[in-house]
Amino acid sequence: MTGMEELIAKYYRPRLPHIWCPGCGNGIVTAAVVRAIDKLGLSQDETAIVSGIGCSSRASGYLNFDTLHTAHGRAIPFAVGIKLVKPGHKVIVLTGDGDATAIGGNHFIHACRRNIDLTVVVYNNNIYGMTGGQYSPLTPHQGRATTAPYGNVDTPFDLCALAIGAGATFVARATTFHAQLLTDLIVKALTHPGFAVVEAITACPVSFGRQNKMGGPAAMLKWQRDHAVPVEAMPKMKPEQLAGKFAIGLLHQKYGPEYVAEYQKVIAGAMEGGRQ
Amino acid sequence: MTHNNAARAVLMQGNQACAEGALAAGARFFAGYPITPSTEVAEMLALRLPQVGGTFIQMEDEIASMAAVIGASLAGAKAMTATSGPGFSLKQELIGYAAMAEVPCVIVNVQRTGPSTGQPTSPAQGDVMQARWGSHGDRGVIALSPASVTECFTVTVEAFNLAEKYRTPVVLLMDEVIGHMREKFVRPDPSALTVVERKKPQQPPGGFLPYKPDADGVPPMAAFGDGYRVHVTGLVHDYTGFPTGSNEVTEELISRLHTKITRNLGDILRYEKIYLDDAETAVVAFGGSARGAYAAVEALRDKGIKAGLFRPITIWPLPEAELMALAAKVKRIVVAEMNYGQYVNEVRRISCGRTEVVSLAKWNNEPITPDEIAAALSR
Repeated sequence: MTGMEELIAKYYRPRLPHIWCPGCGNGIVTAAVVRAIDKLGLSQDETAIVSGIGCSSRASGYLNFDTLHTAHGRAIPFAVGIKLVKPGHKVIVLTGDGDATAIGGNHFIHACRRNIDLTVVVYNNNIYGMTGGQYSPLTPHQGRATTAPYGNVDTPFDLCALAIGAGATFVARATTFHAQLLTDLIVKALTHPGFAVVEAITACPVSFGRQNKMGGPAAMLKWQRDHAVPVEAMPKMKPEQLAGKFAIGLLHQKYGPEYVAEYQKVIAGAMEGGRQ
Repeated sequence: MTHNNAARAVLMQGNQACAEGALAAGARFFAGYPITPSTEVAEMLALRLPQVGGTFIQMEDEIASMAAVIGASLAGAKAMTATSGPGFSLKQELIGYAAMAEVPCVIVNVQRTGPSTGQPTSPAQGDVMQARWGSHGDRGVIALSPASVTECFTVTVEAFNLAEKYRTPVVLLMDEVIGHMREKFVRPDPSALTVVERKKPQQPPGGFLPYKPDADGVPPMAAFGDGYRVHVTGLVHDYTGFPTGSNEVTEELISRLHTKITRNLGDILRYEKIYLDDAETAVVAFGGSARGAYAAVEALRDKGIKAGLFRPITIWPLPEAELMALAAKVKRIVVAEMNYGQYVNEVRRISCGRTEVVSLAKWNNEPITPDEIAAALSR
């Protein structure tokens, strides 16, 4: 495997340092995306990277591809437009938990249903980091946030269950502690013919960890290690062993009609029969 | 063979002519969401786009439609969406994005009575100021308003041409009268149509500055996949396309979003003048309101009253020099519009006391009649 310095020279723009805080996991997730792209040997000119608004969505600007930093919540429908015009392109969406599941929640579920060939990596740090620590749809019940000073009244989504329920054909989860697994899952997602979601659990020590007394960056990585359970191991475990834990690995994969391929058939039929 | 087809007159609806105009302009992508009274544009393009190798998609909402249009345009396609009042409101943030990131696209708004859900099947022109100021922040805006079924075709072509030439979203401000009206339509000969393509970079990728403008104020545009590896953002950005907090860059960029339009008024402004040479009173009207104005002016001329019509087709930016000259010449200007009085304030600002400017505003779901306009002109 290519070393990180070579990867940086090839796939990162000379625009570092990044805006992320010390201890932030976003760099680990972005590196996993880059390693996956490198592993597959994707063409940098036939890969587009699309992001929304928020800390994680700044990743697009650091990467040496055609990159699109869109509006808050809207990365997926922008990506849909690119993919439909460039069916041969790999289109990767980098988004955060607030971006993808709050303001962009409608686009997220409909893209799952539509099964359009995009790979969406959701950087889940359980908080709105850029605006300073407000609760997101993935902040735990009773978790602390600047807008939940008495504890979060909301109940969070299970992002992967949401994606599966909405019809996504590839759903996986890993953490920044499990960076190699994360890379492997993104590789699989990129080769899956359909809408692929990878949830990447990542630490925000400054805006989430501090408010929720989770310790520093290292302690938060250990929390990921101690609370993640490989999905394959789960059937053998007792309910009390699974309490408070979450699954990592490839959680769901099936195959179905993919939107772009289906629409190409529509075009072929209409051009043959219908040109006026 | 083509010529025979082109010469054949058909009965066509305004919304349908708009869809056909988009195809003639080279549009190959449409994303939309059903909404009255614009839905026929989407229905027509769902049928017609794949026949020419293009793509239609009905998105989950109005915002997603606008996002997909911008994405498609960045990927190199001429792209359009169509909506009405509430949908136009929902699209505003991303129309601003397209302005900031300089992404060519056409937004059709077939206006209906508002605010809110209003009267979905009734004509209105209440979105005139929204077309100018709907998205937050300052920017130059181009909005066009056709007044016949034939113009729904030709002005749609021009909307695309201006969008591509100036790298800006262009609003095609129709109304229910124009969108749902059926008239005789003769398809213009394709060879008689001017179709503009966006400027591409003339240099290889290394060192290309994607937001450095040419002398006309417009930067050449590389599509995704062309090898330039551009970065596009809605943040204030410098010539490289990357965000910056610089005050100087902010000032220059926001200025250019205005001046690339205001410096090219001769190319952008379109209007029609009827009987204005010797007119003593004039009506200013556009879109559906111009229909009654034509008839009113004809009727008054039959009676020997010297009335004329100034019909802006480009309603943003305003044809200020023309309106100023008109104000200096006539005794009264009547501004006829299907709203509570919007464009009239612009005409008053421009006429600056040179003549009496009268508002003939109507907001009861009905088009303005020739009699109402004639009465206001000859009062």
